[in-house]
Amino acid sequence: MPINSDIRAVRGLPGVAPTPGVAKPNPILAIEGVVRHFGGITAVDVEHLEIQSNAITALIGPNGAGKTTLFNLLTGFDQPDAGRWTFDDQPIHGMPAYRVARLGMVRTFQLTKALSKLSVLDNMKLGAKNQSGERFFEALAPWRWKSGDRSIETRADGLLERFNLGHMRDELAGTMSGGQRKLLEMARALMSEPRLIMLDEPMAGVNPALTQSLLGHIKALADDGLTVVFVEHDMDVVRDISDWVVVMSEGRLIAEGPHDSIGRNQTVIDAYLGTRHGDSSTSGVTE
Amino acid sequence: MDYELIMRTSLEAPFGVDAVIYALAAIGINLQFGYTGLLNFGQVGFMAVGAYSVGISVNYYHWPWWVGVGLGLALSVVLALLLGIPTLRLRADYLAIVTIASGEIIRLIMRAAVLADFSGGSAGLPGNYRDPFFALSPFDRGAEYGFWIDWSGENFWVMIVGWSLVAIFSFGMFQLMRSPWGRILKAIREDEDAVRSLGKNVYWYKMQSLIIGGLIGCFAGFAFAYGKGSVQPDNYSTSVTFFAYAALILGGTARIWGPIVGSMIFWFIITFSDQMLRGLVAEDLISSDLLSGTQIGVVRFIIVGLGLMLLVIFRPQGIFGDKKELALDAH
Repeated sequence: MPINSDIRAVRGLPGVAPTPGVAKPNPILAIEGVVRHFGGITAVDVEHLEIQSNAITALIGPNGAGKTTLFNLLTGFDQPDAGRWTFDDQPIHGMPAYRVARLGMVRTFQLTKALSKLSVLDNMKLGAKNQSGERFFEALAPWRWKSGDRSIETRADGLLERFNLGHMRDELAGTMSGGQRKLLEMARALMSEPRLIMLDEPMAGVNPALTQSLLGHIKALADDGLTVVFVEHDMDVVRDISDWVVVMSEGRLIAEGPHDSIGRNQTVIDAYLGTRHGDSSTSGVTE
Repeated sequence: MDYELIMRTSLEAPFGVDAVIYALAAIGINLQFGYTGLLNFGQVGFMAVGAYSVGISVNYYHWPWWVGVGLGLALSVVLALLLGIPTLRLRADYLAIVTIASGEIIRLIMRAAVLADFSGGSAGLPGNYRDPFFALSPFDRGAEYGFWIDWSGENFWVMIVGWSLVAIFSFGMFQLMRSPWGRILKAIREDEDAVRSLGKNVYWYKMQSLIIGGLIGCFAGFAFAYGKGSVQPDNYSTSVTFFAYAALILGGTARIWGPIVGSMIFWFIITFSDQMLRGLVAEDLISSDLLSGTQIGVVRFIIVGLGLMLLVIFRPQGIFGDKKELALDAH
């Protein structure tokens, strides 16, 4: 899918200072004082973070930085020890995961959760919201849900085509490759028509050829007006698609800004490579 | 050896009252375990609730029979809620532990000596409660019905009502499992978190599955109460649940026909091996020193166990299962 680079240039955040916790002009998600301890370890301790609406934000950091934990907390899959956050100005901390998803904040998982024994199409249809046939008594009366189901199916087919999975439609999801499952999970999340999609390592285990097409899909999502937050380790990917980069280390927010400012940031370099006292020669390791 | 009698008795079993009871119990388990992945090891508890409700409300309170049926269904919902509320948020094993205990708790309470006037204690309830149900029957209770295989009028009525219920519930299950509701249950079986992340209230769907499966188990209890001459507490021990699981796995889990055909085959194997062994011992083809009459009762279960082992080795998906789905478990 071709990407209009002019649109992308406009969507960056010009005028926003690259300092941790900076306020954004139009935040869809605003996080305040989120803390999560696991025993004696502080997994997440984020004082303030705003996610700009209709932008692609990359969340990076070394292993164990707390990125996935933060995802789990924000989406209701884990409960914080302290903290509050709002989605679209509505407080959603303490809300169960399914209700967060219903509001339009949908996540994917680092370890892909394709439902193996369901067909690819059924995986997709599961994602659709407000299906009348999901209520017990209506489920017993097919004439009540059949037409709704058909329109969901049309939408699912459209998305499957867009993600090059059309030919897998009637196969069981368990027969798919790892990369195809990543695509399916993303497509399934889109079936719920989210406004904010949070992708946990969408490129992990995906072959390079497929990575390019996945990147194209993610950029296309933002062009469609979605907000995307994704965790990623591959810096080429981050540079390629993100409008804004947020860096975490040891549970804390250590830097944020456009990717070129991040590459030069000494704190970030230290976090990834470790500090050496009295050595200022950090040239050549910026990326 | 009277081979005709052996065949006739063995072919009677898959259509008889026992097969109805276990088919109903297994349909409930199929919804919970087969489609939703809930390990309910206390299906017999729901059966006991059903059987004792109809028994006690007629024998002790002298209420009409349908009040007993309604009471049984209401109490089954209560039992499902009691079991589900604390455990369904937790991992699957907790439900298994709690349900297996609950079945035993119900049985032990019902057989307690202090409740002898109420529930009959260890002797159980005499069959008076059955009279209003058989008053509805067009058949003569004592007469024999059928062709080649004969059933008593009592059994014939229970079978007709029972198999009708099996048909109704199976059709309902067929409708549910191709609906979006069924899709959510099957998805929960695969991965709860994925379903949660798509905005579905997993807890509530698991609860619905537990309640509806329990209600069908309650109907199995009604069939048990009306099909047998009395309600005996020790007929509701944990082994009943596991026989129902065995029947379900024989037929194939997560298949509409699985519990029905599984239960029929289960009772055919049990009865056939029983009859064959008895015949062989009577003819002295097996020495009675080697196998006594009481031992036959145990050996037939060994044969069922052997059959299950062969099934797991050569056809692990069960009779109606799908090999392709099973292959995906390797992940």
